Amino acid sequence: MNAVLDISGLNKSFGGIKATDDLNLSVRAGELHAVIGPNGAGKTTLISQLTGMQKPDSGRIRFKGRDITAMAPYSRAHLGIARSFQITSLILEMSVLDNIALALQAREGHSFRFIRPAHALTRLRAEALALLDRVGLADKADQPTVALSHGEHRHMEIAIALASKAELMLLDEPMAGLGIEESAQMVELLRGIKGRHTILLIEHDMDAVFALADRISVLVYGHIIATGSPDEIRGNEAVQHAYLGEE
Amino acid sequence: MSFLTRRGWISAVVMALLAVLPPVFFLTGNAFYLDLATRLSILAIAAVSLNLILGYGGLVSFGHAAFVGLGAYAVGIPAHHWLYGGLDFLATTSGFVQVPLAVAVTALFALITGAVCLRTKGVYFIMITMAFAQMIYYLIVSIEEYGGDDGLVIDTRSELPLIDLDNPLQLFGLAYVSLLVAMLLVRMITRSRFGMVLQGAKGNEERMVTLGFNIYAYRLTAYVISGAMCGYAGALLGNFTTFISPEMMDWSRSGELMFMVILGGAATTLGPVLGAIAFIVVEEILSSFTIYWHLPFGLMLMGVVLFARGGLMGLLRGRREDGE
Repeated sequence: MNAVLDISGLNKSFGGIKATDDLNLSVRAGELHAVIGPNGAGKTTLISQLTGMQKPDSGRIRFKGRDITAMAPYSRAHLGIARSFQITSLILEMSVLDNIALALQAREGHSFRFIRPAHALTRLRAEALALLDRVGLADKADQPTVALSHGEHRHMEIAIALASKAELMLLDEPMAGLGIEESAQMVELLRGIKGRHTILLIEHDMDAVFALADRISVLVYGHIIATGSPDEIRGNEAVQHAYLGEE
Repeated sequence: MSFLTRRGWISAVVMALLAVLPPVFFLTGNAFYLDLATRLSILAIAAVSLNLILGYGGLVSFGHAAFVGLGAYAVGIPAHHWLYGGLDFLATTSGFVQVPLAVAVTALFALITGAVCLRTKGVYFIMITMAFAQMIYYLIVSIEEYGGDDGLVIDTRSELPLIDLDNPLQLFGLAYVSLLVAMLLVRMITRSRFGMVLQGAKGNEERMVTLGFNIYAYRLTAYVISGAMCGYAGALLGNFTTFISPEMMDWSRSGELMFMVILGGAATTLGPVLGAIAFIVVEEILSSFTIYWHLPFGLMLMGVVLFARGGLMGLLRGRREDGE
């Protein structure tokens, strides 16, 4: 089986609330797999468990056949899992370019390198600039990150995920807070990335999901109630009842 | 492109004045001011090293005076045994033993305590660093042999080839050059890839972990470097005062170091030095008027924190005029 990510029987509770309830999900190599679900369905809790920020109560997470359920967060990154954050999570006091360069630096093994100034590493700088170009931010490279707009921050998140050359990209609501035009730009950007990376997309924006996804899983109360192609999901009664009907 | 940024010019002028003025005072018969400058330089080294983790790392260590004190005792204890006998293997006045001992002991102390402290965050980190420092404080107080509460008087300074630390000018020279080296070292570290990781972790911890950085290891390394540099400052301080007491590692001393870093401007090369200068100068002036000089001092710090973010360095630099 060519599943890059395989989640089986995952459970996570906070007090009496089951945020993740016997969750099974499998992401195939090269696909863009979207997870949708109403607010509070446990989407972000799922991502947190995948990146290791939260430990599941039970269940298994396998990445390329390897059990990573208990692996430290930073080690998962080394295996090839990258994540973009729902709430923009950048280093605001650093320049745009430095944010990307740090992501590239992370890929190159340890950074216990004390002597040469990081800014003198032209190879890293050039590669970071190329990535910024790809997300349309090359002209803002030297600005402090804090000065950029929310939409631009979302694009930076994608550039950082790309910088890691990760096999699996976990994108947590990349459209969050974007206007109509910005969302359209983001969809175009993701369309360009799609196919080259395996992507697990957690998203609220239905138009974006149905435009981009190869397969969609529907998460309701921490449980996947259906998985299928966009057409199958559209036609699925349980999904309509649980979710789409409310839109 | 100009040769130096405005920030660079300020640093050059301040450091040049610090190099020239004290010896001039000394040679014109004001020996007191040279002593003041020596103490200032030594404290500035400690502040510069604290800045590495407080300013650049965002880790508020409230126990850095312990490293200074340990460094001083690493000079004092071998000298004590050399003067009064006992523990022959340790008894020496050689600077080549005392100074490396100070650095090694403080690095080890930083490694052990840092390994524990860095498991915590925020207020807990502040409290636990302070707790470790107080532990060392009470440990030293309890050792009769080394004077306990009263401290340790050593009549002999570290012996080094070529320089004579009993000569106030030469002692100042060593402290000043050490300060320059410490500043350049911290500057180099913070601009390196290691420094980028350290600053990234201050800005956004979760992001750095998600990128694959084991930030605990990076922070611990920075903590050890910072502690060892402080230990070196302590070795100099022991040589300067020739009176080494537990009071050196009191928690209020740690507070003063933090004060210097924040007042001067955290995460800048010159900031901690400016802070040390302000501290020493204001302390001298205010304490000649009143023994309650800490009060106006505290008000000053509050003023800087509230109205001059970025400290004195931020004020001097003006508004965001050099983005580097």
